[in-house]
Amino acid sequence: MRPGFRQSMAWLHTWAGLVTGWVMFAVFVTGTATYYRADISLWMRPELRAGPSDPIPAAERGIAYLKTHAPKAMAWYVSVPQPDRPVIGVYWMDSLEAPLGQALLDRETGTPTRARDTQGGDFFYRFHYELQMMPTLGRWIVGGAAMILLVALISGIVTHRRIFADFFTFRRDKSAQRGWLDAHNVTGVLALPFHLMITYTGIVTLGLMYMPWGVTAAYKGDDLRFFVESAQSTTWRPAAGRPAEALPLAPLLARAQGEVSEPLEMVIVNNPRDAGATVVAVFEEPHGLAHQHPQIAFDAVSGAVVERVGTMKPAAHVFTSFMGLHEAQFASPVLRALFFLCGLMGAATIATGLVLWSVARMPKAGEAPRFGLRLVRGLNIGTILGLPIGMAAFFLANRLLPVDLAHRATWEGGVFFGAWALAALVPLARPHRRAWVEMGLSAGLLFGAVPIVGALTTDRGFDFLAFDAAMLGLGLVLALGARAVSLYEGRRAAARAARPAGGLAPKGLVKA
Amino acid sequence: MVDGSASLDRVRARQGWRYRAAVAGRVVLAAFGGYALAALATAFLSLTLPMVRSEAVATATLLSFAILAGAVIWVFAARTLLRAAIGLGIPMALVGVGLWVALGLVAAGPPA
Repeated sequence: MRPGFRQSMAWLHTWAGLVTGWVMFAVFVTGTATYYRADISLWMRPELRAGPSDPIPAAERGIAYLKTHAPKAMAWYVSVPQPDRPVIGVYWMDSLEAPLGQALLDRETGTPTRARDTQGGDFFYRFHYELQMMPTLGRWIVGGAAMILLVALISGIVTHRRIFADFFTFRRDKSAQRGWLDAHNVTGVLALPFHLMITYTGIVTLGLMYMPWGVTAAYKGDDLRFFVESAQSTTWRPAAGRPAEALPLAPLLARAQGEVSEPLEMVIVNNPRDAGATVVAVFEEPHGLAHQHPQIAFDAVSGAVVERVGTMKPAAHVFTSFMGLHEAQFASPVLRALFFLCGLMGAATIATGLVLWSVARMPKAGEAPRFGLRLVRGLNIGTILGLPIGMAAFFLANRLLPVDLAHRATWEGGVFFGAWALAALVPLARPHRRAWVEMGLSAGLLFGAVPIVGALTTDRGFDFLAFDAAMLGLGLVLALGARAVSLYEGRRAAARAARPAGGLAPKGLVKA
Repeated sequence: MVDGSASLDRVRARQGWRYRAAVAGRVVLAAFGGYALAALATAFLSLTLPMVRSEAVATATLLSFAILAGAVIWVFAARTLLRAAIGLGIPMALVGVGLWVALGLVAAGPPA
């Protein structure tokens, strides 16, 4: 694009980063929140208490529910309660095309849970990879944006000749642009291995959807066969076409548990009520990186073991380890917190990069900003502060919407998008610098309100201290960070004049 | 950021339609050409890597996104759009012929 490789890459980094920045900021923020998906879900269902439960009776309760509520399904799935997910999840597939049916059951009674209707942490999880859109469209948008981000990361590394020196450079007082550049470099370089890893492994997680041509060529498109041969799932046994009575479930599961040391995670029944029905016991991943669940399949009528999922060969192991690395199920609390911080740093790298683009193109005194700059500024503030405002509103809606409201979970999502849209539109009518301060303060106040509203509307006392602390911390970072942006977005003289009041502000954003 | 008038002229020239068309051309080439090369390479490697087919597919799919990223970098690093297209077209043609031969062998011989 430009004479010289480095100049071309600098150009590519700027523009690839800009076009993908807003989507990827949202993906990073919601993905980072997903590291604490279970904790968010627990907070959002305050009626439930975390704690251990007996998996096999819970699985039986789930199957009993499906027998009456989804008798015609071609497959049943029951996820047994976990200590941090104290409900039975039941899912059923009526046909390959139809979306999965699902319900959450009380772990003791097997009846639909009394907990409020909410998507909980799953809301952010689904947003993270399909943006709460039509699944196929959302996944392609996220995948395309992630691919552009990967290119932006590579070209960004090429651009940084002095990558090691930059690591120790933070000149926040030199000039506005310098300060943002250094903040972008520090957050980007400090967690660079994480940024590269998380972007590549994220693409690989949905890799067979984005790049199905290997399966097309070698398996004629039969991806079920691929999953079986690479030891990721058991074989689908076709239905016999005549009904038969299945054996009681508990003894089969107990036999399976006798062979595997990991706890039971899920029970699958393929072709239920058919003479060819299969029961698959799926266990949690053994300690390690790979996404490799031990699985034992039984003939549901005779009780014979029909298949054990074997060990993976090297390439499949690497492939599933990439997925495991991305999801960090293996991570201990400390490592999980480190991943969380790295995710926040990724979001901060993107946010500082987006702001840097607009700071570098600041109009001279007396000149009106051009349309492109106004658009970028509007999208910047609408994303960087709008999304967190939406998230805080989502948490507040969880506590403030009536518990027995119809379609309650949908309303929570509506509040999320409504608050986000409002937070993106209001700044357009305000002077740019003031808008950063006002929206930053709004975000800070909303997050600060979450623990208070939570304490007033539930009887859980101090059960959610870590969650509440995280809310307060986020609120503080957002309010101070937005103040920093407003200081630096202004003319340097104005920034200098305002510094005594907000001298500590920029650090807030860098820490994030 | 721009000081001399010569570089200012260069900036103006860059904003011309010719420059914009060239940028648009590279974006299209990077997206569709890059994906086509990665897709052909994935299919080709899935059939030809010397391992059982599930391993070949896993390896090829893992590599495909690095190939795609490399192709995109190449398209934007090349000096002209034409060079970028040639640099992408040659490996695409080679891998395409290789895939065609490999598909023929798979159809003729016993399943791998």
